[in-house]
Amino acid sequence: MHAEKQKHDFEPKIVAFVCTWCTYAGADLAGTSRMQYPSNVRVLKFPCTGRIDPVFILRAFQRGADGVLVSGCHPGDCHYMAGNLHARRRFAAFRGLLDFVGVDLNRLQFSWVSAAEGGKWVDVVTELTERIRAMGPMEEFKALETEECWSGALATPELQEAYKAI
Amino acid sequence: MSRIGVFVCHCGENISRTVDVERVAAEIGKLPGVALATDYKYMCSDPGQGLLKKAVAEHKLDGLVVAACSPRMHEKTFRNAAKAAGLNPFLCEMANIREHCSWVHEDREEATAKAIDIVRLMVERVKKDKALQPITVPITKRALVIGGGIAGIQAALDIADCGHQVLLVEREPSIGGHMAQLSETFPTLDCSQCIMTPKMVDVANHPNIKLYTWSEIEHVDGYIGNFQVTIRKKARSVDMDKCTGCGICMAKCPQKNIKSKFDCGLGTRPAIYVPFPQAVPNTPVIDRENCTYFKSGKCGVCAKVCGPGAVDYDQQDELITEPVGAIVVATGFELYSIAEKPKGSSIKGYGEFGHGTIPDVIDGMTFERLASASGPTGGKILRPSDGREPKQVVFVQCVGSRAREKGISYCSKVCCMYTAKHTMLYKHKVHDGQAYVFFMDARTPGKSYDEFWRRAVEEEEAVYIRGMVSRLYQKGDKIVVMGSDVLVGVQVEIEADLVVLATAVQPRQGADSLAQKLGISYDTYNFYSEAHAKLKPVECATAGIYLAGACQGPKDIPDTVSQASAAAAKVMTLFSRDQLEREPIVARVNERNCVACFSCKKVCPYGAVEEKEIRDRQGNLIRVVAYVNPGVCGGCGTCQATCPSKSVELDGYTDEQVMAMIEAL
Repeated sequence: MHAEKQKHDFEPKIVAFVCTWCTYAGADLAGTSRMQYPSNVRVLKFPCTGRIDPVFILRAFQRGADGVLVSGCHPGDCHYMAGNLHARRRFAAFRGLLDFVGVDLNRLQFSWVSAAEGGKWVDVVTELTERIRAMGPMEEFKALETEECWSGALATPELQEAYKAI
Repeated sequence: MSRIGVFVCHCGENISRTVDVERVAAEIGKLPGVALATDYKYMCSDPGQGLLKKAVAEHKLDGLVVAACSPRMHEKTFRNAAKAAGLNPFLCEMANIREHCSWVHEDREEATAKAIDIVRLMVERVKKDKALQPITVPITKRALVIGGGIAGIQAALDIADCGHQVLLVEREPSIGGHMAQLSETFPTLDCSQCIMTPKMVDVANHPNIKLYTWSEIEHVDGYIGNFQVTIRKKARSVDMDKCTGCGICMAKCPQKNIKSKFDCGLGTRPAIYVPFPQAVPNTPVIDRENCTYFKSGKCGVCAKVCGPGAVDYDQQDELITEPVGAIVVATGFELYSIAEKPKGSSIKGYGEFGHGTIPDVIDGMTFERLASASGPTGGKILRPSDGREPKQVVFVQCVGSRAREKGISYCSKVCCMYTAKHTMLYKHKVHDGQAYVFFMDARTPGKSYDEFWRRAVEEEEAVYIRGMVSRLYQKGDKIVVMGSDVLVGVQVEIEADLVVLATAVQPRQGADSLAQKLGISYDTYNFYSEAHAKLKPVECATAGIYLAGACQGPKDIPDTVSQASAAAAKVMTLFSRDQLEREPIVARVNERNCVACFSCKKVCPYGAVEEKEIRDRQGNLIRVVAYVNPGVCGGCGTCQATCPSKSVELDGYTDEQVMAMIEAL
């Protein structure tokens, strides 16, 4: 019944920052309903999207994420009344900043997924995975991170190889 | 160096079917700081928890990761086990490899790789976990019940009988809800009023129940054990203390032809009214929209005839703030009014059924009022259009319900039974009449329910036609019902005198905005969501708020009463303690770093941030810093993400913990 799974050359790494009350519960619902979606996403749970510092997103890109998803309760439904609204305002500004430093904003997705929307979670994750897969790996921040780690450019091929082997 | 124990659960086969649990344990065992990594068939079982407790002692573990189901399911279980083993419960975390992994992926290789990742992130997090001490807060032993239907009444009476104070808030002028409107109830056909009104009187007379009718919830603050509720007591225009309920104002009111909502528009009422004669409280309300005095400033008859001088045209809405410890939400349902096209809704109307345009096409609740001995016709089944007794009545089930293409896919649960009841009530009153029922399925689970339905078919001679109605239209004084009988495979046309539609049960209008005030979740239809479909059917995900009745999903009276009593039992469990242990997930300020910009104060949704003065021994002010009141803090962490100097940290979700996970990606 299931279609033969397609093998891809590139499997992106996607990090999802979600709130515990809506989106985490929505992802749980997708599980209890046995919906299927790509396995590329790694979920980090927060009490509220309001807790999510933009630095986390930057760091996630540096540490190998090819795409980042931030998802919380729908406006008006926040368990903490207004945390998601603060998050929305914060990330609206942050997007502009990311755009300015040259990050393709298609790599960063914001969405509202409620505890009842298991299907929406599946759609959001599937769409984002496919989009990022088509875009290819996110190299820019990783290269920066590499340079940072080695306090300067990788001078010799040996060093480069040694780094890759780690 | 940490000594972390990792326990990978098979969950029977739920996890091990798609995730190679042995390999997960083996891979995780190689991580630095992991002292033990093992797998077990059922971690949540007694032997599973025993394994965990034994391992803590044997391996001197200082952190635990249980890779199993969602933390929403069993985090408490394993944290309690950790506590029993002598470990701080907040050093135990769950890695969700069931809902977020084994259940949503089919490829064993991919699922195993993802499971390893998920557990690895959690191990890194646990390394940074700190022991936290639970916060104790006092409990206000008073309950708020929202909604005065049978659910709210039952819950309020149960809690009040246990010796606790209850505030019962009802939007309408009287308590009673829909059950007060019903004629007779299935499956015993006892009169609804006869079993309902004594309970209403009990509420009114109970020393522990404070009744707020004609009132709505304006605002809710606080948290479990310590809510602050603001109630809007709408202006009744009648002083409740002075009014004796004599009813002379209603008799003398010159405005008499206002359609009664209680009688589904069949009867009329004056502008100063009680919705029905047995109303509790028996104090009238002035309907300001229809009152001549409020419209033109002339009239004032009710004030003139009122002996005790209770009529007060200048009364204003009153806002009352009350502290409560627990909230029971019992706002009930309403019937999907297919006559009006719902505004801004994904639900499509049923224009083809003529409800609202053909006067003799009515809904189930209107039929209840026709059949009710206290209804506008005195219990005679008469057509709304001409008052004639209908000889052929067609009942249509599943109007709106189970119609995905129209926007509602759920079953309204009560319609099969009440339609069977309607056919009986009709037959009992019109002996030579014939009832036809169009139905999709007869769904009659419940004690004595199927027998009741069989009785309608076999003894009371209702003709059940399996199939749906496609169209209704007026022809002379008859209504032609066109439908199909799918069992026989023919088209059916019936010339009916009256058509009764069993329209879908929906949550009350405004259910979503009340949910937003309470901070509870609701589904796509606006029914309130319980914390767990099976194991926590009355609790909300928001602690201290419980659900009763049809606001959570369509329910009949026995189910509603059971759930209301269950909700009351949950409230009483909470009130059996004097102190409540709260999760210590609260924000803390590093006073050394705080620059007193108070950005945190601006964003805090709870108003938990205070300005704290630091003084020296002589009492001279050194500086002002932010202080988070742990009793008020809700633990959202918005302050931490906002703080420009990184001086505030949310325990349990510190930057260190989050960064450890991100670093491990």
